[in-house]
Amino acid sequence: MLRFIVRRVLLMIPTFFGVTLVCFLLMRMANTDPVTADLEAGVRGYQVSQEALEHLRQLYDLDKPWYVQYGKLVRRLVTLDLGTRWQDGRPIAEILGEALPVTLLLSFLSLSLSYLVAIPIGMYSAVRQYSLSDQIITVILFMLYSLPGFWVGIMLLVFLASGGYVNCPWTDTPGCFPLQGWHSFEGFERMGFFGKVGDVAWHIVLPIITLTYASFASLSRYMRTGMLETIRQDYIRTARAKGLKERTVILKHAFRNSVIPIITLLGLQLPFLIGGAVIVEMIFGIRGMGLVALEGLRMPDYPLVITIVAFTALITMVGILLSDILYAVVDPRITLGGS
Amino acid sequence: MKAERKGDGVVASAAAVSPGYYALVGSQFWRRRVNRVALATIALIVLVALLADFLASDKPILLYFRGEFFILPNLFRYPKLQIYDMRLLLDAMQPGDWAVNPIVPWGYNTHDLSQVLQGPSEWHWLGTDASGRDVLSRIIHGSRVSLAVGVMAVTLLVGIGVLLGSLAGYFGGFVDGLLMRIVEIVHSLPTILILVVMLAVIAPEGWGAVLAIMGVIGAVGWTSVARLIRGEILRVKTLDYVTASRAQGASNTRVILRHVVPNSISPVLVAATFAMATAIMWEGALSFLGFGIPADMASWGGLLQEVRGNPSAWWIAIFPGLALFVTVTVYNIAGEGLRDAIDPRLRT
Repeated sequence: MLRFIVRRVLLMIPTFFGVTLVCFLLMRMANTDPVTADLEAGVRGYQVSQEALEHLRQLYDLDKPWYVQYGKLVRRLVTLDLGTRWQDGRPIAEILGEALPVTLLLSFLSLSLSYLVAIPIGMYSAVRQYSLSDQIITVILFMLYSLPGFWVGIMLLVFLASGGYVNCPWTDTPGCFPLQGWHSFEGFERMGFFGKVGDVAWHIVLPIITLTYASFASLSRYMRTGMLETIRQDYIRTARAKGLKERTVILKHAFRNSVIPIITLLGLQLPFLIGGAVIVEMIFGIRGMGLVALEGLRMPDYPLVITIVAFTALITMVGILLSDILYAVVDPRITLGGS
Repeated sequence: MKAERKGDGVVASAAAVSPGYYALVGSQFWRRRVNRVALATIALIVLVALLADFLASDKPILLYFRGEFFILPNLFRYPKLQIYDMRLLLDAMQPGDWAVNPIVPWGYNTHDLSQVLQGPSEWHWLGTDASGRDVLSRIIHGSRVSLAVGVMAVTLLVGIGVLLGSLAGYFGGFVDGLLMRIVEIVHSLPTILILVVMLAVIAPEGWGAVLAIMGVIGAVGWTSVARLIRGEILRVKTLDYVTASRAQGASNTRVILRHVVPNSISPVLVAATFAMATAIMWEGALSFLGFGIPADMASWGGLLQEVRGNPSAWWIAIFPGLALFVTVTVYNIAGEGLRDAIDPRLRT
């Protein structure tokens, strides 16, 4: 087990460098940099002198060959000395310190929610296979699974937050939910702890729904399949033959083996969640990793974008590793790393 | 008892002419009504995309105008008709002139400035956007983009996936290690961010944007196909007939192309159908984020983008999204049906 983990962690190193290199080369291929893009055209009608441009290029290492730039970037990533954002000179570490918790909050809340809902629904519809409720659930899940996430986000925004169509029954405001942001812009600092929690919760209801429903639908479908396979096993028949209650058979005997497949999906859900978070953050104006990256891309501030891509890639890889370990923990038949 | 009867059936049909693998899969697929409906809807969408200029255009299909006969003014540019849009043309027509008009008399870039941001009406069945363009016409023309992106991106990603996956699976060892590392790198990249980065780099224009989107989706989406075909090949490789063909002196290329790939292709077909749904969804998302199809071309995601500036225009929010949703759904249904059809355990 320990050997497996060590080996996998070591394998993550080349992958990590690959990810940063791919992203770096992509961004450098653009052949534009903030200096060229913004300043050569002049600032407020004044031409910027060549010396000033050169000085700026030197400051950001843009005059150096690509491997020097990449080397410096990697050194900064490895030593966690992330530097500053070109746009306003704020430390990248500080920006990430604000954005990362928001994205993580969204992702983990949505992940746990989708597991919490998906497992019972999948089990229910497997136990009642071919019944009317199973068929209805299956159709609804299938449709949810095919719904484009950004469309759902927009529809929620238009119909529940814009206030143009629905007058909220429980508040006096026209829209039920806020249009933008993950907390109130005014007065958030002065709120007490519970006030803050409530405010954030109110703000992230729609984003969480948008982020959750798709992964919830696919998880329920996997759960149903897993459960259907499990309840056909001999040991389930044995358990029934012993005279155990149906409830015990399903919840104690069948449940444990049928969750195994969806636990391995935990790691695979992460990249989708983070990808989905980019779109959700954009729609609902939430300043998480995705929105910060998009802003950096407009500059184009390549150290910022690559730092964010590297971070999300790292989270993804750790997630996949964790789900592999979890797989071995819940299923003792699986030995990691082979012989 | 049941199994015995089934066994008899198999023997009997084998004694007659064997229908062949693909005919069998086809009939399995055709047996379910949802699959037939999904396939018909796909055919309809393809038809709409192909005939977009005949369904929605600001020029007639056939026109007899002031003693002259115009064939397909909706496709070809006639200098004499350049100054007319549909409304002006109808006004200018005299007794004796006649025209065969498309169902939707608006081009996807016709700006009806008297009807800016209006809800559905008898003039514009699905309303207009913020520059007075007909939403229905833009949805009809947008189907071209989504179909083109879907087909080409999937062809590309299946091509890359099959090539790299079969190399990794067949040769194993160092090649496998290297290729699987690459798969892992691509898989660890946050998809949407990387797509956006790539598109920002390419900064395409016009139909080049469609090409660019196909390219980047293909370049990012191939990993699951590669994994799938690698696994299949690891399985097929050990089968006796592959050993037999090697014993006969077949080269590596021949074994891969003639024996291994055709036997692993069914699951790839299923994956390709699902990938079609994903590619269309991604194109929508990219255009929605403003990195995809430029605004002067019609695309579903681009239409949806306009809602962010006009949250009160429910018709722009609902209809393009519905088109996207239906398209994605029917491809998913077809993929599911195909997967069940090739699964021998579910065969009846």
